[in-house]
Amino acid sequence: MLRFLLRRTLGSLVILVLLTVVAFLLFFGMPRDPALLMCGKTCTPDALANIHRTLGIDKSIPEQFWIFLQGLVAGRDDFAQGPCPAPCFGYSYHTNEQVWSTLMDRLPLTVSLALGATVVFLFVGLGTGMLAAWRRGTLIDKSFTAGSMVLSSMQIYFLGPLALAVLVYQTHLFDEPRYTELTQDPVAWFTGLMIPWVVLSTIFAAQYTRMARSSMIEQLQEEHIRTARAKGMSRRYVFFRYAWRGSLIPIVTILGIDLSSMLGGAIITEYTFGLPGLGHLAVESVQFSDLPLLLGVMLFAAAVILLCNIVVDACYAFIDPRVRLS
Amino acid sequence: MTTVTKEAGAPVPADAGAFLSVRDLHVSFATEDGAVRAVDGLSFDLERGRTLGIVGESGSGKSVTNLTVLGLHNPMFTTVEGEILLEGQELTTARESELERLRGNKVAMIFQDPLTALSPYYTVGRQIAEPYMKHRGASKKAAWERTVEMLGKVGIPNPRERAKDYPHQFSGGMRQRAMIAMALVCDPDLLIADEPTTALDVTVQAQILDLLKDLQREFGTAIIFITHDLGVIADMADDIMVMYAGSAVERGTTEQVLRSPQHPYTWGLLNSMPRLDSDLGTPLAPIPGAPPSLLNPPSGCRFHPRCTFRDRVGGDRCVTERPLLAPDRAAACHLTAEQKRSIFVDEIRPRLG
Repeated sequence: MLRFLLRRTLGSLVILVLLTVVAFLLFFGMPRDPALLMCGKTCTPDALANIHRTLGIDKSIPEQFWIFLQGLVAGRDDFAQGPCPAPCFGYSYHTNEQVWSTLMDRLPLTVSLALGATVVFLFVGLGTGMLAAWRRGTLIDKSFTAGSMVLSSMQIYFLGPLALAVLVYQTHLFDEPRYTELTQDPVAWFTGLMIPWVVLSTIFAAQYTRMARSSMIEQLQEEHIRTARAKGMSRRYVFFRYAWRGSLIPIVTILGIDLSSMLGGAIITEYTFGLPGLGHLAVESVQFSDLPLLLGVMLFAAAVILLCNIVVDACYAFIDPRVRLS
Repeated sequence: MTTVTKEAGAPVPADAGAFLSVRDLHVSFATEDGAVRAVDGLSFDLERGRTLGIVGESGSGKSVTNLTVLGLHNPMFTTVEGEILLEGQELTTARESELERLRGNKVAMIFQDPLTALSPYYTVGRQIAEPYMKHRGASKKAAWERTVEMLGKVGIPNPRERAKDYPHQFSGGMRQRAMIAMALVCDPDLLIADEPTTALDVTVQAQILDLLKDLQREFGTAIIFITHDLGVIADMADDIMVMYAGSAVERGTTEQVLRSPQHPYTWGLLNSMPRLDSDLGTPLAPIPGAPPSLLNPPSGCRFHPRCTFRDRVGGDRCVTERPLLAPDRAAACHLTAEQKRSIFVDEIRPRLG
């Protein structure tokens, strides 16, 4: 197991380095000159060259890449804005802040949003899905299935404003969503994120309802389920021990994908509720052609996805003993 | 409750009733195309300590009958009529909780494919120990000891260690042994073996059959042995019931059914068996035609569309009248006893060699 994790981690690092190369070449090798943007209307060749030097883009691209890699590992102090400790993604063109510390500023919000929503949609989605599978063919099953169809065809930018309009602006039941540090004020953290959690998880929950239902029903038709029933185990026992265990595999797979994409920034949700998380940051960096920031957000999201993949693979081995040996 | 072993062979007194008694069983499944009559008027008895072999093609209702005995059919789509009496207890109307108490305890089942029939997620030992804990209220430790004992009994070497293995770490033969251990862990009175050796190679098959016979001698278990392999049935069964299209067409002791079969379908089955001493290149002799659709079974005798002796029965009785199985040794066929005897002796037996 340890060897497996080590192998997967090394493999992921290789992928990450390759991704860095590609992203770096794409961004900094582009014919468009970011210095022109900063130079303004009264640009002179001297001023342009000056900016090139400050941005570090007067050197050749391989040289720039090498410096960038060194910065990631060891930090840099050749920036006009000040020293840049490792992992150094440089300074934002737009805000002149360190990219890494900006990322770390925005991360807690995104993590809170993603994990909170995950808890809600797992609880609701798996619960309703399993209940529907348990009561297959009944009215409960049919209404859950129909309800999940309707909800999963909804969009956050529709549900979000709707929730805001009803719950906040008209009835004043809740305050407008805002982010407070968990360590600062747990109650404010909870109430401020409640509406975004519910809205974000609604769409996911519907998907998980259908997945849990079909996965459970499929598992219940396995022959070993019949064996377990034939030796006198109750329907409940067989459902929660035998079928549930098997249906975890597809659920964990999809959960890994969903969680990693949310941790890279839930752009639509963050915009809908005006929450400045990583997704918000990614869009900002595009708007301002803020290449160091964009590169930082992208590589961070990629690292999160790779990490989630490793966790999912480890979960497979935990769930299914057949995976452990190979 | 005395156990009659196979050697004693004496049937229990008639007034006690058979150990398992199936009377006029009808099972049909609702499908989109209509009702499939999987079992259509089946009756048989089984005494303690004896082995009943059920033979028939795929779809003849062998497995459905036995799943119904355990109540393992899907109640949403299935209609069951008739009686299934286990020691006088009616099973078709029994509550789910009562059936749960019987399953794995008094009546156990072995399935065809031991790879898919064992859960890949739990150790073999745990899966064997589970019914023992449930039915006997045994502690985890006692159940584990029992599991190790049973694995040893079915011939798994080093059972204490192997009990901790997962099914995929066992070979096919060992998995089937583990299945048998699982079925026998609570000393069932009735064991239903649904093609237990079909997925195994021939040498392993012989070992498994010997194991079943030994265990039956030791515990006095009644066995229903479902197969389509007549060689296996000759080895295992005391009595044979031949099923076709959901009902029994011939019934008798193994000796009777295999030595002097009386139903054209049984003749066909025997005739279609390959023989080791025949010339290479002798073509197999399959029964012409295909098993009938159970959605819309043939009128009269279910076998008449495939029967080569139909014109010997005068008139159109085979098409209009369904032949019945007499209570004792009999075949459900309109041929007269004399015709059956002479056809078998003169036409069938020479071909069987």
